[in-house]
Amino acid sequence: MLTLNVNGHAHQVEVDGATPLLYVLRDDLSLNGAKFGCGLGQCGACTVLLDDKPVFSCITPATVAEGRRVTTLEGLGAIDGPGPLQRAFIAEQAAQCGYCIAGMIVRAEALLRRNPSPSDQQIREHMAPNLCRCGTHMRILAAVRRAAGARKSAAAASPSEASR
Amino acid sequence: MRLRHLLSGLLGIILLGAGGFFYFSHRPVIPAQPSSKATFDKILIAKGAALATIGNCNVCHTKPDGLPYAGGRPMQTPFGTIYATNITPDPDTGIGQWTEVAFLRAMQEGVRRDGAHLYPAFPYDHFTKVSGDDLHAIYAFLMTRDPVRAATPPNALPFPYSMRSLIAAWKLLFFKPGELKPDPALTAELNRGAYLVEGLAHCGSCHTPRNGLGAERNDRYLGGGEAEDWHAPALNADSTAPVPWTADQLLTYLRRGFVVPHGVAAGPMQAVANNLGTAPEQDVKAIAAYVGAIVGPPTADRRRKTGRPVAQVAPQSGSRPLGGGQPSDSADGAIIYAGACAACHEASGQRFSAHGIHLASSKVITMPDPRNLAHVILEGIGAPLASSAAEMPGFADALTDRQIATLMTYLRGTFSDQPAWSAVEDTVRHARTSPNGS
Repeated sequence: MLTLNVNGHAHQVEVDGATPLLYVLRDDLSLNGAKFGCGLGQCGACTVLLDDKPVFSCITPATVAEGRRVTTLEGLGAIDGPGPLQRAFIAEQAAQCGYCIAGMIVRAEALLRRNPSPSDQQIREHMAPNLCRCGTHMRILAAVRRAAGARKSAAAASPSEASR
Repeated sequence: MRLRHLLSGLLGIILLGAGGFFYFSHRPVIPAQPSSKATFDKILIAKGAALATIGNCNVCHTKPDGLPYAGGRPMQTPFGTIYATNITPDPDTGIGQWTEVAFLRAMQEGVRRDGAHLYPAFPYDHFTKVSGDDLHAIYAFLMTRDPVRAATPPNALPFPYSMRSLIAAWKLLFFKPGELKPDPALTAELNRGAYLVEGLAHCGSCHTPRNGLGAERNDRYLGGGEAEDWHAPALNADSTAPVPWTADQLLTYLRRGFVVPHGVAAGPMQAVANNLGTAPEQDVKAIAAYVGAIVGPPTADRRRKTGRPVAQVAPQSGSRPLGGGQPSDSADGAIIYAGACAACHEASGQRFSAHGIHLASSKVITMPDPRNLAHVILEGIGAPLASSAAEMPGFADALTDRQIATLMTYLRGTFSDQPAWSAVEDTVRHARTSPNGS
């Protein structure tokens, strides 16, 4: 039995500690945002946050997530209330087939939490581990820039929001 | 007794200092060469380019994201930080004013054009073995690069290491100038290999341990040394590689940066393999043959171990559930291995084009020093130029220091018959923060 804190909620799951975190999220918790791509930590479709840092959940044993905060795409907003990054990805129409996008959004979230106004170079370097086979990279980069900009103007409008 | 010790020590230092200053006074300035664009034969330049590649000049003399050969890369030494210089032909910040005589003196004797001694971080203890013809070609290559205006930052060396005259004393003790002459008892290929390994390629700079004054210990030639925060493994009979290296494997490793069953060139070695992948094949073959001869044929004991079936590891599929309420940091190493490593490193796992090696043949798990494994797990291994699929993701954000230490201890116990490492978690913590050039 493992206890996992996912998107702010504690969950108890009956799994082997070696089970990849991705399988627990999808199969036991029905959080299907993170995708199975390569299963080898090479593509990034399975990216989730572990204590604000992006990790490949397909090669992260569930046991190591105990006592730490897991954030998945679902933790960043929902269809009826998309978060800033999700709104930016929709506005830029950054998805083509969409399979990589959950991982892209979660990886971008890690960057914006650490650095609210990244340079283009910083965005490119940070996003490099995640692959997109359709080739919508330019739109993905535009979406991350848009979300960073939105965050900055929101922060300017309400300083209390920025210090949150 | 103690006083006598101290006095004799002081006397030694004074004598060395005096000797150093005497020697120093004999190093004249070599006048600047007139600023005329150098012209050299194209074939000579091409030869120099190949030799510079084997010498790895670009690795130290280029800073991250900097222009080639323009210097500025810091090298951490036990004595302080030394910055590699600009060796483009820029007249003010590079070697544009250096005549060939000045260049040869720097390579053969470790002396700057202005007569000051160079720190042996610049491996003239090896370059002195290079022939005059080869140095002539390297000079032609360097002087025909694009000049880059880039001043080298001053070294950060505390007193007394900041005094270059002390290097003269160091040289008296440890430096033997002179070209390496072929050994008539060896084949032409082995002689070529010895010439390159001991000279330009300066393998011993990292792979030979150094004494307290930073000189290579000749009694332990290629017996395992240091490179940045990495252990440079022994290339002699002290090699702990679980599968004995052959010259063929070395050749593939040096040219492609990856060979089964040993694995990928990681850390500072990867830049070396990236260079050697573009060097003349015959030269790399000679290097591999010579190092293969130094490692020597496997002993009976080693051969017996190689014949032994690799460790059978199958901690998968619910066999070892973790107790509830156990803090995550005590997660068992076998469980972390099964969830994080096995997918790539076990034959039963999924395969990709350059699959991970079986860890029983891994050279890092059997090393005397745990630093390399810590770096590999934390940072992963970027793909070498010639083996683009051999890329391992890093686990710095997925695993805590303690989890990585637990995993390392498990790997050491399971995939090697070497004694356990000590202070593994401290090693991980240090590796996480150490500035290194991987």
